[in-house]
Amino acid sequence: MSSEPRDRDRRDDRRDDRGGRQGGQGGGRRFIRARKSCRFCADKVDYIDYKDGRLLGSYIPERGKILPRRISGTCAPHQRMLATAIKRARNCAILPFTLD
Amino acid sequence: MRVYEVLFIVAPNVEESDVDNLVTQLSDVATNQGAQIAKIDRMGRRRLAYPIGKFTEGYYVVFTLEGTGAEIAELERRMRVTDAVIRYITIRIDEDLKRAEKFRVRRVARAAASAGSRRNRRREPALPITEDVDDDDEEDEI
Repeated sequence: MSSEPRDRDRRDDRRDDRGGRQGGQGGGRRFIRARKSCRFCADKVDYIDYKDGRLLGSYIPERGKILPRRISGTCAPHQRMLATAIKRARNCAILPFTLD
Repeated sequence: MRVYEVLFIVAPNVEESDVDNLVTQLSDVATNQGAQIAKIDRMGRRRLAYPIGKFTEGYYVVFTLEGTGAEIAELERRMRVTDAVIRYITIRIDEDLKRAEKFRVRRVARAAASAGSRRNRRREPALPITEDVDDDDEEDEI
């Protein structure tokens, strides 16, 4: 049961990787290739401050959720830091819990 | 000793001078309990991302302090009973800072190692970098 969604996710990833081949038969599936590099690694960030609302705000799309790293390309260690920072920022009203 | 960051939001209807009083009062509580206040940062009045109570704005103040943890309990108790403080959050940052420092040291060491292997005429990696920066500045001025 639990393996089913994970399986599907993986298939999605694979389709992403070989965009051109399966794109034709999928019919109208568009690929918006995000930049696949960790911005925090590029900027050599060691600690993500939860008080920096402007920085964190760029990682919450319109619903107010945390942007997954498969889209933003953030590396795993930085995504963990980012998630912690966003959750802290939500607690002190710097970021919203929800947006509608 | 542990390093904490205590952020609290003061209600927007509190006068500026009362905010000053509150800040000194709370920092006194912390120092009386044995904490050392490293920094008091007033981020000032900002919009809240969601309403807290009936307020949509708040005055943000951040204490950075060093202590054992006992002061935090007293400080939080005081903030809880103070009506002017509408929200507070305490975060222990010494471990994060230590980790950040470790990464920074490692990166500097790696940069030094790669610079040393690439060119062996210079030993200090810091000197060429500052010289480069200076050169750039002069070019800009001209």
